[in-house]
Amino acid sequence: MDSKELNSPGYDVPPELQGQVAITTLDRIYNWGRAASVWPMMFGLACCAIEMICTAASRFDTARFGMEIMRPSPRQSDLMIVSGTVTKKMIPIIVRLYNQMPEPKYVLAMGACASGGGPFKEGYNVVPGVDRFIPVDVYIPGCPPTPQALLNGLIKLQEKIKGQSIKGARWYTKGPDEVEIPIPILGPDLIDPRKIDQIKQISKTAKKAEAQP
Amino acid sequence: MTTPAPTQTLDLAARFPGSVTPDEREGYDGWIVAKEKLISFAQVVRDEFGYDYLSSLTGVDYLPEGKMEVVYHVYKTTGGPGLIFKVQVPRQDPIEVPSLMPVYPGADLQEREAWDLLGIKFIGHPDLRRVLMWEGFEGHPLRKDWQEAFFEEEAKPFKSRWPDGQFTMAEDRTPLGDNVAFPAGFDPKKARFDPETALYESLRQYDKEETGLETDHMLVNMGPHHPSTHGVFRMAVILDGETIVSLKPVMGYLHRNHEKIGERNTFLMNMPYTDRLDYLSSMSNNFGYALTVEKLMGVKPPERAEYIRVIMAELTRIANHVWAIGFLLNDLGAYFTPMLYGVEERELILDIFEAVSGSRMMCNYFRFGGVARDLPEGTLEKIHGIAFDRLPRKIDELERLLAENEIVRTRSIGQGVLSAEDAIRYSAAGPLLRASGIPYDVRRAEPYGIYDRFEFDVAVRYNGDIYDRMMIRFDEVRQSIRIIQQAVKDLPGGPITAMKPVYQVRVPAGEAYGRVEGPKGELGYYVISTGKSTPWRYHIRAPSFINLTAFGPMCTGLKIADVVGVLGSIDIVLGEVDR
Amino acid sequence: MDDMYGKGILKGLGVTLKHFWETYLDDAVWLVRRVTKGERRYLSLEGVAHRSSKDARGIFTVQYPEEKLLIPEEFRYIPFLVYDEGPNGEKTMRCTSCGICSRVCPPQCIWIVRSADPATGRPIPDPFEFQIDADVCMNCGLCAEYCPFDAIKMDHDYEMASTSRTVFNKEQLAKPASYYEAIRPINAAQENAARAAKEAARAAAE
Ligand code: SF4
Ligand code: SF4
Ligand code: SF4
Repeated sequence: MDSKELNSPGYDVPPELQGQVAITTLDRIYNWGRAASVWPMMFGLACCAIEMICTAASRFDTARFGMEIMRPSPRQSDLMIVSGTVTKKMIPIIVRLYNQMPEPKYVLAMGACASGGGPFKEGYNVVPGVDRFIPVDVYIPGCPPTPQALLNGLIKLQEKIKGQSIKGARWYTKGPDEVEIPIPILGPDLIDPRKIDQIKQISKTAKKAEAQP
Repeated sequence: MTTPAPTQTLDLAARFPGSVTPDEREGYDGWIVAKEKLISFAQVVRDEFGYDYLSSLTGVDYLPEGKMEVVYHVYKTTGGPGLIFKVQVPRQDPIEVPSLMPVYPGADLQEREAWDLLGIKFIGHPDLRRVLMWEGFEGHPLRKDWQEAFFEEEAKPFKSRWPDGQFTMAEDRTPLGDNVAFPAGFDPKKARFDPETALYESLRQYDKEETGLETDHMLVNMGPHHPSTHGVFRMAVILDGETIVSLKPVMGYLHRNHEKIGERNTFLMNMPYTDRLDYLSSMSNNFGYALTVEKLMGVKPPERAEYIRVIMAELTRIANHVWAIGFLLNDLGAYFTPMLYGVEERELILDIFEAVSGSRMMCNYFRFGGVARDLPEGTLEKIHGIAFDRLPRKIDELERLLAENEIVRTRSIGQGVLSAEDAIRYSAAGPLLRASGIPYDVRRAEPYGIYDRFEFDVAVRYNGDIYDRMMIRFDEVRQSIRIIQQAVKDLPGGPITAMKPVYQVRVPAGEAYGRVEGPKGELGYYVISTGKSTPWRYHIRAPSFINLTAFGPMCTGLKIADVVGVLGSIDIVLGEVDR
Repeated sequence: MDDMYGKGILKGLGVTLKHFWETYLDDAVWLVRRVTKGERRYLSLEGVAHRSSKDARGIFTVQYPEEKLLIPEEFRYIPFLVYDEGPNGEKTMRCTSCGICSRVCPPQCIWIVRSADPATGRPIPDPFEFQIDADVCMNCGLCAEYCPFDAIKMDHDYEMASTSRTVFNKEQLAKPASYYEAIRPINAAQENAARAAKEAARAAAE
């Protein structure tokens, strides 16, 4: 957001004061600050992570968007770029990392794999899209999305951030301030704790079906 | 390309009468060894015939014949063709084969993989745990009668796509809407899950020193989310203070079931999938796969295609090595500067890839019998400019930046040493092997494509430490530049493919093992065709994965901070480790 | 460490210093070019081309979205379907729903419903529905390579971030032949020539 946009909150500024004072709304300045300093988590999963690193490197340079500070710790990051194939073995860790990120937090699914399973979707160790477990804000198709496509997604995310309001923000409303997602369990296959009852039901009926030939 | 030693020249059957027979199936080669004699056979092969290097070990499930087979490919580090031998056992659990760990310690991770994915028990393996899936996972997924939740059909193309391709998400076809399936009668509330205990137990098996002091060792997990692990790799470490007493690599966090999907794909469909193995060097991966299938099909690419292939493979090596050097320095604490310099050169090479193949990373450029398309206009000049003008300059500059830096030298010289004997024993490959003083390079040891025409030296260094592994990458980049310069000069005109482009190639039945010298080391493909449209077995000998066999032994006794550097100097890519 | 401790570090720092100055040096060079030839270093095609060439020195950044990298003709992202425009603006899909693309697609993300003639029930060469799951597609380009009718081609548009999963249907995939000729002029010209030659051969045979 350039300063002109930032300073036009929709109020009439008397001509004699124009250029002298700046008026903005709290939302705008707050969102402007947030959108221009999104710190991604240093977190690479697969091939897409290489393109993410290239995006952060000198040719594309996320520093121009205030995003160059990749934090290895989830506690210090605002954005999780899920850059690659999400496997069943990895998803408990991803969910845990997501839970540990402080609000406001965003998730960007980079590439076909993170968005919807990707070319390896049919595999036995692959989660068909990270949105099965954690809420995703921006999806970028492509395999891998080129660095410019990723930047396009990041700009989209900035737009989303700018459209939010302090009043309606999830993390300022009353009630539990964190969205804790139950961590999946590695059993005989991946167990989503939110679906335990269903799993039990289904494996019971499966047994019945087996019993009567 | 491998041409296994003709069976007649070595009369191993006479040596082991009754228990070793030549493999006489159509299109197959090598020896079938009775499992009782396996270890003594391997000993003879290693000690008397000099096949000291175990390249690949994998299992094959011959479901219709009711047999399980383990296939071994061994080579001599002095060069020359390899030797194949196999063990066949009935396909009834428990499937048991003696472990070759006592003869070839490099079998460690590969046997664990065969156990994990095929359920072959290797008797005598000291630490036979699952390696790619987690402990407690139900079933052995590479068996032909094992099906995943999203299973559609045995072979692609699926019938549901055309002519009546009503779009459905795979998720909508499973009862839970997820890619999961559970054994009948499974009760998630009562079951106990414990994927880690076995790991920690095996980790604690090390020789304890009795100091008489009341000290305790500490268990630390690094990764899978850790900035130094280059992806989702995990190390479980036991520390005595800051010194490592035991380290186990833990992988599988990016296991994408390449081989299972690959056995469902048609031969051509696997080409873009190979891009995603070692995603930093897709051209090399294409190369290996194309060579292997061409060997089965018996086609030879035309001259121009051969030259283009070499140029692309060597550009890939350069791109990979500058990246690896940059990241090694990043791991050693130099933060981003060397990496950014490396990435700049890589970007320029990626521009060339993008121009010829359409994608920066996932090139999908090789076809059986040639390459997908000719070099577009202007690309050759670009390659010329980079190879003759820019890269030699820039590599010198990068070396000036790093090679003499006292901090780099103190942190890397003498650290993480791998001796020459150990490097061979653990089946290390590529720069890791050559930095330990073994001048073994598939391009020279068993030239494939047209590598026998180029003049280049096999880079070799002798100390086997982190510093040598960094410097050998500079040496290799220089040799690659030399090769590219020769290839660009000699590039002939003519067609770029030997066959009419067809999407359904006919591959005669048989087996083939093709290997190339990838940037990370010897990359091998073991493909079995039964004459159908899909391969029966599609196995990848991943250099990153097998190089990790030596990782634990290399790190024992080091400080924890140096482990990061050792890992960086091996240069792994998780897509290839986990496949 | 032999002669002077710190010499290696200083040497390395020299390299980084050189990199730093090269940007400003090149700025000066470009200033001259700007005055003499009117070429600008930033926000211009020649500037981006220079920064992607072997002579690039100093600053390397391409300032997306203001500047964009030059896209080579072969670049591929998600596929699209080509239709020919008639003189009155009617659209004819080139696709004959022969199904080859869906058979060759490695992750099997192309779904085609063939239309049938309502009277005879026989298939007619026009897809009733054509869907591509962009979140499965691996951008491999095999569909475009093996389509015998030049009907499916790889797009250059990579700016497709969205806030939901992406599955494209026939309407979203369809793009005019003129667009195709604009993004891939050389390929399109070759294919058009080949098609014209084939038609001519057929006409001659009849
Ligand atoms: S979307 Fe493609 S490039 Fe990205 S992680 Fe998946 S397979 Fe790799
Ligand atoms: S796009 Fe081409 S290959 Fe696919 S169905 Fe249509 S005509 Fe056939
Ligand atoms: S580009 Fe490849 S994956 Fe995508 S639709 Fe075409 S064939 Fe399928």
